[in-house]
Amino acid sequence: MISLLLIEQALNGVQFGIMLFLIAAGLTLVFGIMNLINLAHGVLYMVGAYICASVTQASGSFLQGAAAALVGTLIIGVLIELGVFRRLYTRTHLDQVLATFGVTLFFNEFVRIVWGPAALYAAVPPFLAGQVQLLPGLSFPAYRVAIMVAGLCAAAALYAVITYTRLGMLIRAGASNRVMVAALGVNIKLLYTVVFGVGAALAGFAGLMAGPLLTVESGMGSDMLILSLVVITIGGVGSIRGALVASLLVGIVDAMGRSLLRPALAGLMSQSAADNAAPAIASMLVYVLMALVLLLRPQGLFPPLTR
Amino acid sequence: MSAPILAVQDLCLRFGGLIATNNVSFSVKPDELHAIIGPNGAGKSTLIAQLAGDRLPDSGQILLGGADVTGLPSHARAQRGLGRSFQITSVFSEFTTLANVALAVQAGAGSSFRFWKRAAREHALVEPARAILDRVGLSHRADVPAGALAHGEKRALELGIALARRPRLLLLDEPMAGMGPEEAARMVELLAALKGSLAMVLVEHDMDAVFRLADRISVLVYGRLIATGSPEETRSNPEVRQAYLGEDE
Amino acid sequence: MLTSASRHGLATLLLLVALALLPPALNALGEPFYIGLGTRVLIFAIAAVSLDLILGYGGMVSLGHAAYLGVGAYTVGILSFYGVQNGFVHFLSAAAISALVALAIGANSVRTTGIHFIMISLAFGQMLYYLAVSVSQFGGDDGLNIDAQSAFGGLDLGDPTSLYYVSFCILVVVLFGLDRLVNSRFGMVLRAVKSNEPRVRTIGFSPYRYKLTAFVISGTICGIAGALLANQNLFISPASMHWGRSGEILIMTILGGMGTLSGAVVGSVVYISLEYFLSRLTEHWQAVMGPLIVLVVLFAGGGLVALLAGRRVAGAGSR
Ligand SMILES: Nc1ncnc2c1ncn2[C@@H]1O[C@H](COP(=O)(O)OP(=O)(O)OP(=O)(O)O)[C@@H](O)[C@H]1O
Ligand SMILES: [Mg+2]
Repeated sequence: MISLLLIEQALNGVQFGIMLFLIAAGLTLVFGIMNLINLAHGVLYMVGAYICASVTQASGSFLQGAAAALVGTLIIGVLIELGVFRRLYTRTHLDQVLATFGVTLFFNEFVRIVWGPAALYAAVPPFLAGQVQLLPGLSFPAYRVAIMVAGLCAAAALYAVITYTRLGMLIRAGASNRVMVAALGVNIKLLYTVVFGVGAALAGFAGLMAGPLLTVESGMGSDMLILSLVVITIGGVGSIRGALVASLLVGIVDAMGRSLLRPALAGLMSQSAADNAAPAIASMLVYVLMALVLLLRPQGLFPPLTR
Repeated sequence: MSAPILAVQDLCLRFGGLIATNNVSFSVKPDELHAIIGPNGAGKSTLIAQLAGDRLPDSGQILLGGADVTGLPSHARAQRGLGRSFQITSVFSEFTTLANVALAVQAGAGSSFRFWKRAAREHALVEPARAILDRVGLSHRADVPAGALAHGEKRALELGIALARRPRLLLLDEPMAGMGPEEAARMVELLAALKGSLAMVLVEHDMDAVFRLADRISVLVYGRLIATGSPEETRSNPEVRQAYLGEDE
Repeated sequence: MLTSASRHGLATLLLLVALALLPPALNALGEPFYIGLGTRVLIFAIAAVSLDLILGYGGMVSLGHAAYLGVGAYTVGILSFYGVQNGFVHFLSAAAISALVALAIGANSVRTTGIHFIMISLAFGQMLYYLAVSVSQFGGDDGLNIDAQSAFGGLDLGDPTSLYYVSFCILVVVLFGLDRLVNSRFGMVLRAVKSNEPRVRTIGFSPYRYKLTAFVISGTICGIAGALLANQNLFISPASMHWGRSGEILIMTILGGMGTLSGAVVGSVVYISLEYFLSRLTEHWQAVMGPLIVLVVLFAGGGLVALLAGRRVAGAGSR
């Protein structure tokens, strides 16, 4: 019984970790290749959730909503890259932090202007509404299973693109040697825009999938942004592989902390003390994890060879 | 014979497949100027970095004044009397020339956990700093931000910063790099004047300067020390001539 | 050099005189309401000046500075929650606890540089934010009302003018103290670390101790600002620690020119006034503020900001 509970929580953690990875991947790619700290990455997740929820409502089709969200975040990503971010690549980290913070303020307000101040609620699409029997005695919501499958497919596609395609080769080369890529006559500006757009769409993808699980509201991207920053710090800034490992780690630690800490503490202290302490400790757990990792490996688990 | 100020034993460092430092052993006497020469990429800067503590060797031992400093970080070695200048100029660009040197004086003059008195008004820091600027010929540039100095002046400041700490041993990585002939000549004079008051390890490509200044010369080729000796010995060592000077008479 | 330093000193003096005269001027104009706004400016100025110590002089881009604002505020709130009203206890505890928190966070973060430091400061700030959200005794997400201001005998912080002048005095002391500090031996090492950390090591300093000390001093001062904030709002909530608040403090510090201390005061004046007047124009003021920040960063780098600061200071003096 206990082990089934453990497996279920681990699955929740994996599902959350996969969503984190979709956001962290864009963040770490953009840093690895363009050397840009993008605090505005969380708004793409938020905008993805908003577009999907509203289009789904209007059209009655989740798939249409999802497609609109992917295209929408891709376009918005490309637009802000062209308008703002490409001017930031050579600036100091401080400038990047401030400017992307400004962009975040704008979009958090922008969604309120477009969709109103109230939160939106998105429903799980009917064809994924049920439960899936994973093991005897363990059933898991079909929607969450779908998220895991979709997220893993996206991760695999990203991996394949980076490892086997010309674009991926350029991305890998660009991360380690910008000058060389430019010298090869590659249009590096275009490359950057493409990378940024892909990162944006990945974040939008995570957002559209998160919509039915959470409330869709202004500022919802911030929590995910911070956790993704924790993820890429743990994984090694710039490393996709590190981002994947760290996402799963953070997702599982977070889910386990939230569900298992209270019963665990209840064994050690009074029920009411445990009720109070457990959420507090659980909310800090991933940061403690990060501090520990950094203590042992200041550059993260998978430091990129360059930089 | 006085005990060596620096003794290096069997130092090794690899970068992947490349052996940058290959079983290097040598020593420097307290008032000696010991030059290290070798072709580009021979591993001279890498050796200096290990002596200074910026890089840890894979194996081997470094003794400073008889004490083992192999595992110590750079600031701890500086506190034990090791000074250095960098091949690529490294000064505090935002500080004035005087403040650059005063900071280095401060490093050797009691606690820096003093929060109230203005450092620029502490005679104990400013006076020695001025004396050093005088020595390296930068008195007239005392109040200029270091970032605005000419290249040769920055090299002189670099030396001044290193001297301000009153080191017993000074590591100089190509102090004349990028200098014009006049500036280089001035630097040679400066080093000649310093000779005898402290020990120096000098890495330099300018052979005239090396043969003029050095008491002993070590030749580094592909990370290996192939010879150590007086300038005359080095000049006439056939192995050196062949491996380094590329001659085969 | 000297003339620019003395010009800077004069501008600071004028700015402080203007701030000192603000309450009587507002009373004369029949607009005492704005005294509260002025107090808010002063409180954030203290926070921004404290950030300038580690950012402008130590080169540490902290995106978690609001945490100390929150720690200071929560200290006051929790003490009065348990019936402790003594103002000295409030402020000394706020300072001490902020210092301890800064020590714990700093010990884990100042070893890192660049993007790592930014992210770690951000993460630790958010960690405290989530801690505040999850502790339900003290209101959790909804925050906690405070019954009364810190009690200082005859001094009533409930009176807006008194609170204004207390904040003003603290700001002046902080500005003066930090001005001494950044020019002291300690300050020179700190600035040298910002300028060229490897070189600092080779002359024999271990940067860690200096950075950590500055980090703790900075957090302590910001904690005091938090105690003032609790007194002004009589309410505390996790929102005061949110990373968005840290971003705002960062912007205030930059806006007036970092590494000048008084620039951070100018930045707070500008930012908080702008926030106030924009928010009266439209509820969607952030949609204006965001792009404004982007424009300032993109097109008004250090040079123009410094220029702007010079003008603002002079303008404030002549007003
Ligand atoms: N961090 C590093 N990683 C890998 N290889 C390195 C690294 N640093 C130096 N090397 C290699 O080690 C060798 C020695 O380099 P080093 O800079 O010590 O040479 P040097 O003798 O100082 O040359 P120069 O006269 O040009 O200054 C070179 O082949 C260099 O490419
Ligand atoms: Mg070299």
